[in-house]
Amino acid sequence: MRSVPDWLRRHPGLAFGLLAVLLAVLPFIVSIGLGRGWVRVLDFALLYAILALGLNIVVGYAGLLDLGYIAFYALGAYLFAWLSSPQFGLHLPFWLVLPSGALLAGGFGVLLGAPTLRLRGDYLAIVTLGFGEIVRIFMNNLDAPVNITNGPQGINLIDPISIGGFSLGARHTILGVHVFPPTFYYYLFLFFTLFTILVAMRLQDSRIGRAWAAIREDEVAAAAMGIDTRNIKLLAFAMGASFGGLAGGLFAAFQGFISPESFNLMESVMILCMIVLGGMGNIPGVILGAVLLTVLPEALRYLGAWQRAALGHVVVDPNDLRMLLFGLAMVAMMLYRPAGLLPSRQRRREFRAEDGAAEQEAASLYDAKA
Amino acid sequence: MSLLEVKGLKVAYGGIQAVRGIDLVIEQGELVCLIGANGAGKSSALKGLIGLVQHHGEVRFTGERLNGLPTHAIVAKGMTLVPEGRGIFARLSVAENLDMGAYTRRDVGPVRLDLNRVYDLFPRLAERRAQLAGTLSGGEQQMLALGRAIMARPRLLLLDEPSMGLAPIMVQKIYQTIAEIARDGVTILLVEQNAHLALQVSQRGYVMESGSVVLTGASQALADDPMVKAAYLGE
Repeated sequence: MRSVPDWLRRHPGLAFGLLAVLLAVLPFIVSIGLGRGWVRVLDFALLYAILALGLNIVVGYAGLLDLGYIAFYALGAYLFAWLSSPQFGLHLPFWLVLPSGALLAGGFGVLLGAPTLRLRGDYLAIVTLGFGEIVRIFMNNLDAPVNITNGPQGINLIDPISIGGFSLGARHTILGVHVFPPTFYYYLFLFFTLFTILVAMRLQDSRIGRAWAAIREDEVAAAAMGIDTRNIKLLAFAMGASFGGLAGGLFAAFQGFISPESFNLMESVMILCMIVLGGMGNIPGVILGAVLLTVLPEALRYLGAWQRAALGHVVVDPNDLRMLLFGLAMVAMMLYRPAGLLPSRQRRREFRAEDGAAEQEAASLYDAKA
Repeated sequence: MSLLEVKGLKVAYGGIQAVRGIDLVIEQGELVCLIGANGAGKSSALKGLIGLVQHHGEVRFTGERLNGLPTHAIVAKGMTLVPEGRGIFARLSVAENLDMGAYTRRDVGPVRLDLNRVYDLFPRLAERRAQLAGTLSGGEQQMLALGRAIMARPRLLLLDEPSMGLAPIMVQKIYQTIAEIARDGVTILLVEQNAHLALQVSQRGYVMESGSVVLTGASQALADDPMVKAAYLGE
């Protein structure tokens, strides 16, 4: 088994090809092997990967702890709903609505960033948490005096995405095979996930990415390097938020229905957990975290059936047990792999090198004498 | 025209006046020190100069008024600060830290020359270029902070307590390097609590006490001044 990754590393083109084929046929394998419902889970895994990669720009790259990230997801989703549903009788095409959602969310990212420029760490977390709740509460209450959001009932009958007359929201028969909407959305989400990965990679290696890293490490020193800390921080908020907005629009079209309930604090925390679990700042790690934290809770739903099969009746409500196991897994992670499952190069080095510092101090003193 | 001219610089945090209107003049090529006890306002003065804190009074750099400019704009004009406590980027490598020093520069060739110069000054950094800066010893981190500042090719280098928290032998090494940087023609304003060292390496000095400059003159003269001797040199 050991030689397989080595072999793939020596043939990157082939590894890439294999991965592409696997991703292309995945929904069919999954729906045959596990059932059609699991394709939906796959779709959500991709959606969360986009969200986690977006939040990773803010938290992982720039080091700004944002606990209200879900608000941008909500804004993208609601904008999509407003512009293509019976709510206002508008039915604009998705290629107009999705970018608008990203833009709106990006704008709100700057709006959140501007007053919080001086805040860091815990203080920033509290303000962003408040922001997330404010947006959700607005959505919950903006049904009177003018009905904008339809309040807690949410907005229904949102148009599915339709590309050149081909609706992703309907069943199609292709080559005699029935193909269902989640499979079509899978390919759409895959496309946007790849797009997000590409942007995140380019950003990380750019001048802007280095400026974010500097601000994360030491803001005063970053300013002393000539970095415009204000604009660079606002840019991080805006970039991260626009991916949230994009994912929100995709979510609205996919679900066909949104309500404020989908955008609560727990969701923000979940996305942050994906980043921390996978490996903050590292793109493959963040994706792994998103996939694991979407798929695992679904898999743990089977716990009820297993209990019935093994014990004859359900002893612990699978929903409770699921959260318990999930919590335990997070605690174990933080104890045994604090840098995440796939830590970034820097964090891995950091966690490995901590012990060596004392010997180095002695060695460098020796050097100074010489 | 002097490189830096400061008139009536004031810095306040809320109601507390940290700097109460000081005048400074620094000529091109000088190494000037600003000494004083803990809390005298030395660091606040530096932060005011480079726009990190709100300040009043006039700051002219190469004849141009700097007041109101954000820090990054002042840095782009050729002033660089090595902050107190070094301010290295702990989770970036040594080489990446040095790269950040040249953040505002677009001249690739000269940047490479300066990088070689830094590695010449601090062979230790060259050995550890791939290592995370946070894992360096305190002295090495100070070297890195100095090296990173050199990478900006500043016209005026502001150093805030470079000896802080270092073993005496490492302090000596750092000060040798500061003298060497000054010999390269970089103008330096050195803030230091260790008056003895600062007066040794500099040509002129200012003495600050509770927010005001109380004494100024050639470093040798300051070192011989009875009041300085009593208060700062412990003689």
